[in-house]
Amino acid sequence: MKDGATRDGFADALLDLADDPKLVVLDAGVSDSTRTKKFGDKHPDRFFNMGISEGDMVCTAAGFATAGKVPFATGFACFLLGRTMDQVLVSLAYSNTNVKLVGSHGGLAVGEDGPTAQMIVDLAYTRAMPNMTVIQPADWEEAYQATKALFEHSGPAYFRLGRPSVKGVYDSSYKFQIGKGHVLKPGADLAVFATGIMVQESLTALESLEKDGIKPTLVNISTIKPLDEKLVIEQARKNGAVLVAEDHNRIGGLGDAVTEVLMENEIHVPVKKIAVNDTFAETGTAQDLFEKYGLSANHIVNAAKSILKK
Amino acid sequence: MNGTKLDNPDVGELTAIARELRKKSLELIYRAGSGHPGGSLSAADLMAALFFAVMKYDSKNPKSPERDRFILSKGHCTPVLYSTLARAGFLSDEDLLQYRTINSAKFLSGHPHPKTPGVEIATGSLGQGLSVGHGIALAARLDGLAYRVFVLMGDGEIQEGQVWEAAMSAQKFKSNNLIAIIDNNKVAQDNMTKDLKDLEPLEDKWVSFGWDVYRIDGHDMGQILGALEKPLHPEKPRVIIADTIKGKGVSFMEGKPGWHGKAPPEDLYNQAMKELEA
Repeated sequence: MKDGATRDGFADALLDLADDPKLVVLDAGVSDSTRTKKFGDKHPDRFFNMGISEGDMVCTAAGFATAGKVPFATGFACFLLGRTMDQVLVSLAYSNTNVKLVGSHGGLAVGEDGPTAQMIVDLAYTRAMPNMTVIQPADWEEAYQATKALFEHSGPAYFRLGRPSVKGVYDSSYKFQIGKGHVLKPGADLAVFATGIMVQESLTALESLEKDGIKPTLVNISTIKPLDEKLVIEQARKNGAVLVAEDHNRIGGLGDAVTEVLMENEIHVPVKKIAVNDTFAETGTAQDLFEKYGLSANHIVNAAKSILKK
Repeated sequence: MNGTKLDNPDVGELTAIARELRKKSLELIYRAGSGHPGGSLSAADLMAALFFAVMKYDSKNPKSPERDRFILSKGHCTPVLYSTLARAGFLSDEDLLQYRTINSAKFLSGHPHPKTPGVEIATGSLGQGLSVGHGIALAARLDGLAYRVFVLMGDGEIQEGQVWEAAMSAQKFKSNNLIAIIDNNKVAQDNMTKDLKDLEPLEDKWVSFGWDVYRIDGHDMGQILGALEKPLHPEKPRVIIADTIKGKGVSFMEGKPGWHGKAPPEDLYNQAMKELEA
């Protein structure tokens, strides 16, 4: 298990994909932060730093794709998507171009830079777009494997990465597949569907819950769209109660994706969302923000107990 | 590789094609009961020169890797685009009957989509095409292919900031195989372009952004061919500012904002077709 930031797993995979001349990488002037600089330093001919102009970058990537390249276009999630909703909708999703949009620094986990840098609506934006695949890996290994899977996958995708280093949950024996969730810890009392950094937060919560005799099932949902509906339904039925955990606003993200599937399939189980409560946060360390805005392990523990009425 | 290009394009022949494209554009709009005549008529001479004298392509093999690329960044002008694609052999006359109709076999939507043969990317939201074209131009260089990328924009369109982002990018990467054409018809949807935001001095703007700049009469076929066929600059992307008249060829449409996006009623349609015959 390798500890590290998902942005690094992504950048390391790019280096290992570089033998294929179809790969091109674009950045919007933040390549030190997104880590694409590593690729750029080794392969300057296929690295395009477009400067601080995300709309231009996204459409340039679409142009590359129409000519048979596989472009990864990277930036901070907040600006990459916040500034380019229209470009992403028209030149990527509607045109169905093979562009991988990579938004680093997602969620409150960014910390001190504050709400303009804390992207909490990107999963909602991208999930609502036809043709888009939406993926958020949980650790370095999954980010590494998902990058390779995205390179092979055809069609537009949004790949949400995080800034902080996180504890590894997978080793190389894990096999990531687009569209498949993964049961990290089998249990019986409730199903916790977590994505991204909330997988680690949930693991901490599970340790505490287990001391109180509660054994949840922890499911890592790294592909948010298309959602692994079969697994969601199966685990909701088996466990009888559901928690969904994401570092994102409670509207439009994984929580809504899961509840939609449950409702449409008439799975009547109690559901609680662990998510940002439709508010903007503030400055502070990631851990302080998680505590204050309802995302920390403590909140998961309390929500689990409340849903089980224990 | 080009089955439809004229062998020795002659200005008179191309001008006649442009007139046909104008008539076909109006016919499509009239039949559909909606569409954008003004900017289709202003661009007809440019389209005729591009598709029947300048660009290399094979309409029977529309994805050929060496083809020159064309992007209609002013995506609302599908009447002239589809008329051109039909004349160039990408579409049939039967396909054109399905312009703006449900279940259109070649997806002849009000704005372009790559499901239509000859269309590279969806447009319709202004300001995106130059960036897309630049991405293709960069890919050509990586692949060692000599094709060129032509991007047709509206004058109102270049009020979008992204156009200038792309202008800076193409300068940075010395993308000399990118050729932007501005259909400078001076009229936008609800106003004269200059009353929305004045673009002038337009040549100075592009020169200062590092482009190889030409300003021509966009209805003079000789000037159009001259600017399009000049050998590529060794490192600068090219922009051709083509001064045109919105609604060109139809007296009651010329230079008027009211004919940006509506179909003429029967009597005016008949009058327009008569004027275009002349």
